[in-house]
Amino acid sequence: MPEQMIMGNQAIALGALQAGIGLAAGYPGTPSSEIIEYVAKYRKETGVYVEWSVNEKAAVEVAAGASYAGARVLVTMKQVGLNVASDPVMCLSYVGVKGGMVIVAADDPGPISSQTEQDTRQFAHFSKLPVFDPSSPEEAYEMVQDAFDYSEKYNTPVILRPTTRVDHGYAGMDILPLPKARRIEGFVKDTKRWVIFPRTSFLNHKRVFDRNEHILPDVFSSVKYNSIEGTAVNAGGKKLGVVTSGISYAYIKEALPLLDKSGALVMKVGTPYPFPEKKALEFLSKADEILAVEELDPVLEHELVYICGKYKLGNTIRGKLTGDVQEAGENTVESVKNALADFYGTGGSPSVPPADMPELPVRPPVLCAGCPHRGSFYAVKQAMKGQKTVYCGDIGCYTLGNALPLDMCDTCLCMGADITMAQGFFHAENDRKCFSFIGDSTFFASGLTGVVNAVYNQAHVTLCILDNSTTAMTGHQPHPGTGVTMMGDIVSKISIEKILTAVGVNPVLTVDPFDLAASVDAVKKAAAAEGVSAVIFKSPCIAVAQEPGYAAQPKQAVDGSKCIGCRKCINELGCPAVGFKPAEKKAFIEPSLCTGCSLCSQVCPAGAITAEKTEEAHE
Amino acid sequence: MSETVHTSILICGVGGQGTVLAAKLIAQAALAKGVHVRSAETIGMAQRGGSVVSHVRLGSNMYSPLIPHRGADVLIAFEPCEAVRSIAYLREGGVVAVSSKAVQPVSASLSGKAFDAESMISFLKKHASRVMVLDTDSLCVQLGSPKAANTLLLGAAVSSGMLGVTMEDLKAALKVLVKPGFVELNEKALALGAESAE
Repeated sequence: MPEQMIMGNQAIALGALQAGIGLAAGYPGTPSSEIIEYVAKYRKETGVYVEWSVNEKAAVEVAAGASYAGARVLVTMKQVGLNVASDPVMCLSYVGVKGGMVIVAADDPGPISSQTEQDTRQFAHFSKLPVFDPSSPEEAYEMVQDAFDYSEKYNTPVILRPTTRVDHGYAGMDILPLPKARRIEGFVKDTKRWVIFPRTSFLNHKRVFDRNEHILPDVFSSVKYNSIEGTAVNAGGKKLGVVTSGISYAYIKEALPLLDKSGALVMKVGTPYPFPEKKALEFLSKADEILAVEELDPVLEHELVYICGKYKLGNTIRGKLTGDVQEAGENTVESVKNALADFYGTGGSPSVPPADMPELPVRPPVLCAGCPHRGSFYAVKQAMKGQKTVYCGDIGCYTLGNALPLDMCDTCLCMGADITMAQGFFHAENDRKCFSFIGDSTFFASGLTGVVNAVYNQAHVTLCILDNSTTAMTGHQPHPGTGVTMMGDIVSKISIEKILTAVGVNPVLTVDPFDLAASVDAVKKAAAAEGVSAVIFKSPCIAVAQEPGYAAQPKQAVDGSKCIGCRKCINELGCPAVGFKPAEKKAFIEPSLCTGCSLCSQVCPAGAITAEKTEEAHE
Repeated sequence: MSETVHTSILICGVGGQGTVLAAKLIAQAALAKGVHVRSAETIGMAQRGGSVVSHVRLGSNMYSPLIPHRGADVLIAFEPCEAVRSIAYLREGGVVAVSSKAVQPVSASLSGKAFDAESMISFLKKHASRVMVLDTDSLCVQLGSPKAANTLLLGAAVSSGMLGVTMEDLKAALKVLVKPGFVELNEKALALGAESAE
């Protein structure tokens, strides 16, 4: 069979299915989201149960139940999702599992699409869980299968920690036929094993300590994912070697030939915790000076420094802590090449942009043309003009409401924090109008408890629910409000409106964010109410609404004879489809981008923006 | 280790322009010939109108999905300013296929400081051995489809003979990746792109 292009996340899904998983659960988060989607794609032929859980904590707990029953289970999330899941994860580390459990926590060096540059290898150490760190889609495919075996053999969840360039890298790979999900023994009652108690945790702590400190460092020293290749480079009378992990291994392999150093001594660590100590000792015996090339935290560097201390070795360990490797951000072939050139003393200058390079505009991500969030933010901004306010934002496409000209995101911390932070502002400064902005998926993930907290603790806040009927930023996953599951079932939609009403939010007003006047009116009403009020801005994500089945709106166009060149459409809304022709001093609308949302037409003071004639709109 | 031939192609543009399909077509065309492929996509926040790049690498004995600086044989740019942003990837003797259509970021519209696409193109011409500039807007009108920019640019790129795959390979890949109703249009776009690159 010819090779197919396989995305790293698809390779992880396929590897887990090869291992016979019976259940997969996760919460969307870049760069991990496609794993669950690919598992779902193969659900019929394998019989696997797959779900988007409401959040990562729920996903781990769902998986724990199935594992106790004997099923192999896969849980997926991004690195910050592991923070949400940490309660069950920390406890499972003591209790253990029955069916193998692999937790995929995808790290995001850069960060490219995340709040933090946290390192799951450190979390693995903290939570006492073994962690595998793949350097390519092919390796991720093999590792996830082996991780299930280790999970069962050592009675522990195992973490697989890919990074963005492995998750979203593609490689040509052969696909083997998939087996059915493994048959399971079923749950066997054993309260000493499955009920976590202080006494059992004390005993399990001893067992886990022994495994991580005495057994696995040896076992992992002979797994193929930890390897030593090449011979030490002699420079300045010293023997030099490089240690690395994950995608940085690929960058080193690309950079070495560019420096004429193919065949240099490299140790690749595929199991950063427990650290393969014997293998590391072998490596340290081959070189005097080591450069640790890794992303996020200096994990390998710390481990080697520790081993040198423990065994009283004289090696010099260099890396992030010594300023030889960049302390933050993503590595690239270029950055690794430069670090290696300095290490080997071969010189060579980093590439610099040509002197005549024109000044380039920054191009940050923005709300799409036709995004309903633009209308929601603008309505609140208009309704609250001149008042003392705070706008607490959250994680999702609507974080982009922070950009000029909307400038409607004063805070953004973590999932769900908008609602609770708004309460904190109110209790600290009760003359301030406190608003929170949260999307529908985030509401279900972690907003709900915050709403109950607000009502119970008598806060005076206005919740703005930006309901676009999908999880937009991560690629349009369904959630409890959409009425669709990953098993392909059509189920009843859970109503945010009814939930808010049930817990005592009053009023709960639902509006169309593209009806500016009605939206402004609703916000004014909600803000004037005592206690916790809510406006639900309901309109589908424009990326979804442009698909077949949705009525296309006629595109808008500027009538040059009426446009007074005031730029209000541009300066108020910041829509990517609206531009300005400086020569003519007229606004224009780019037809390939306009979706016909008509907000610009509603703000135009001259009535110069109107819908194009229907036949043109259907072109 | 055997002698290896590598081809690296960097595709850049603005989130939403359809760079991913162009990358997939090249990858599919190479795989069908038994050539090993690695690639990387920009997925996530930047897809919302930010700068996006796809890296595609063909050949054996390669490890990184990301192209090293000065490592790209071909730069396919859906937008002139994004081509300039990625110029560090182009190798000596590498070629550029670029759309002349500038996409101004919202911040430029707000500040009134629009960049000049002409100066971007002339910079490219100074720093690449060959630059194929396509007026994708008017070529799309000619084709009767607003969404053909990706295959137009791909057609220009393949005409350079440096893409690592041929026009015939790309046409075969179209049949695998594009809905049957759109194959003919895209074949025409490939041909028109190649013609316009002369």
